Amino acid sequence: MAMLDFINRMLGKEPASKNIAKERLRLVLVHDRATISPHMLNQLKEDLIKVISNYMEIDENALEVNLNQDDREVALIANIPIIKMKRDYSARG
Amino acid sequence: MGEVIVVTSGKGGVGKTTTSANIGTGLAAAGHKVVLVDTDIGLRNLDVVMGLENRIVYDIVDVTSGTCRLKQALIKDKRFENLYLLPAAQTKDKTAVNVEQMKALCDELRKEFDYTIVDCPAGIEQGFRNAIAGADRAIVVTTPEVSAVRDADRIIGLLEAADLRNPRLIINRIRPDMVKRGDMMDISDIIDILAIDLIGVIPDDESIVISTNRGEPAVMDHSSRAGEAYRRITRRIQGEEVPLMNLDAPEGFMDKLKRFFGMK
Repeated sequence: MAMLDFINRMLGKEPASKNIAKERLRLVLVHDRATISPHMLNQLKEDLIKVISNYMEIDENALEVNLNQDDREVALIANIPIIKMKRDYSARG
Repeated sequence: MGEVIVVTSGKGGVGKTTTSANIGTGLAAAGHKVVLVDTDIGLRNLDVVMGLENRIVYDIVDVTSGTCRLKQALIKDKRFENLYLLPAAQTKDKTAVNVEQMKALCDELRKEFDYTIVDCPAGIEQGFRNAIAGADRAIVVTTPEVSAVRDADRIIGLLEAADLRNPRLIINRIRPDMVKRGDMMDISDIIDILAIDLIGVIPDDESIVISTNRGEPAVMDHSSRAGEAYRRITRRIQGEEVPLMNLDAPEGFMDKLKRFFGMK
């Protein structure tokens, strides 16, 4: 994006300011909305456990799910210790 | 049983009070019994926008604190006898009313009026919590600016957390010339970002300044483009399906006539 802006500027074309506004809003709203309630985070954890348990046995008590924020992005980081993998019968053909 | 609609925005200066005045007047013009409630305690303005500032005796704090009866504080509009204003207090602060009192007030108004339009103060503190406390639905006003859209997003989150589902959006002060140049976010950009349903768009219009100068809501001015936008919003509030206004529409017959006679 920065390169494209640069080329545009070289050609004497400024990027439309509404696109700048949209991109800045998108980023700022990701941060603003990232204040997830403990209740919602718990629900997310339970749903994660349900789905992952279809594929592997996990240590539910050691499971950690958090939202991490820095300037550029907000990331959902999950640390899920696996106790045992389920056998994948379909992989053997 | 009437309906209580709160007009809110988060950011100040985007047109909450103008919107409240125009929607209220439009609904009254359609024959409904309407009351406008100014909850911006300490910074009241709905009275001047309505041109009723000289008639105030009692205010909302006098009602909630029991100093006077509700009927004594209601000011009858100049133009419509089915339109009333409950003014905010000017010399007190936002903590002079609490959420419980506000709920009780809205319940009382709901019995008496078809529509209660609550003009919310800017911000997300006590004044905001009071204004939304007794509301059945919410209208969020924004302008096509980064700061106003961001604050609208925050307000939408708070409304939903307070169980006011499906708020409707008004995008105010759109400038079609700037949208065309790509220098202003357009309707679909803003809807994409905020992800709520639109109830109207209002073009940037000098007639709003003029009508505010006079204390006569633009919705009654049939040559005003913003007035036309508010008339459409008023019909949508009553459940009618009305197409969005064409913002690039050529000027109307009256405008051409006025221009012809050098009045514009």
